[in-house]
Amino acid sequence: MALKQVKTLLEISHSEEIMRRYFVVNGFDGALTTLGLIMGFYVSDRVDLAVVITSCLAAALALGMSGISSAYISEAAERRRTLVQLEKAMMTSLDESHHAQAAIWIPWLVALVNGIAPLLIALIIIVPLWLAHGGMMLALEPLQSAMTVALVIIFLLGVFLGRVGGTFWLWSGLQSLGVALATVGLIYLVG
Amino acid sequence: MASVQRLVLDVLKPHQPNVLEFARAIAALGEGYRVDIRVVEVDEQTETLLVAIEGDRLDFERISSAISENGASLHSIDEVSVVGE
Repeated sequence: MALKQVKTLLEISHSEEIMRRYFVVNGFDGALTTLGLIMGFYVSDRVDLAVVITSCLAAALALGMSGISSAYISEAAERRRTLVQLEKAMMTSLDESHHAQAAIWIPWLVALVNGIAPLLIALIIIVPLWLAHGGMMLALEPLQSAMTVALVIIFLLGVFLGRVGGTFWLWSGLQSLGVALATVGLIYLVG
Repeated sequence: MASVQRLVLDVLKPHQPNVLEFARAIAALGEGYRVDIRVVEVDEQTETLLVAIEGDRLDFERISSAISENGASLHSIDEVSVVGE
């Protein structure tokens, strides 16, 4: 599908906003889940790095698959419903229209964004673990490095949301960071 | 062969794409196409338009296809100007 056509479908279906929301919401999910998992290993003490990497990778893949499948099922149903309603109002079939194309393709696009966001973010967070496992010396311990990356990403997601919503970026970033630190604190208490 | 130089079409379309995008889509079909649209009626999900298109040689088939592609339906051809060659 040509880029121009994708742009047309996104405009007609008003999907850019939905995709942005899904990216942030599920990206936040991915970051917080991975942070929680790593924090769990951190408080457990003396866990093999290979086990941590495999667990985080498995969680990242599961988040990705969950994001893709859940978003596709719900978006496809919503788009089909909207198309049927529009066809009723138009009293004609819209099979040849951009609207019908959007009902087919937009759920896939939204699902991909929803799935790729947590997968990508989780993979970025476990990069320090891979590097340490590969023998590279890091400034902090591997788990601490990964948690720092997670906290930075969560802060940046908050900053992004602040810019989208037109609120003060630092406040929005700190709010997200606060949620992440509260999660870390809870896991520490449990552990 | 006669060339169509002006058409006025009665069109029903969804709210998306909006009138400006709809006019652009038709105007992009040929060099020198001039498109004037008047919104006659707005309903909950649709709007009725009077679309006036002018040009040296209008391609009705392509215009009709563009209307369908944008989710609209052509109700009637209300005015036509054709010049014989």
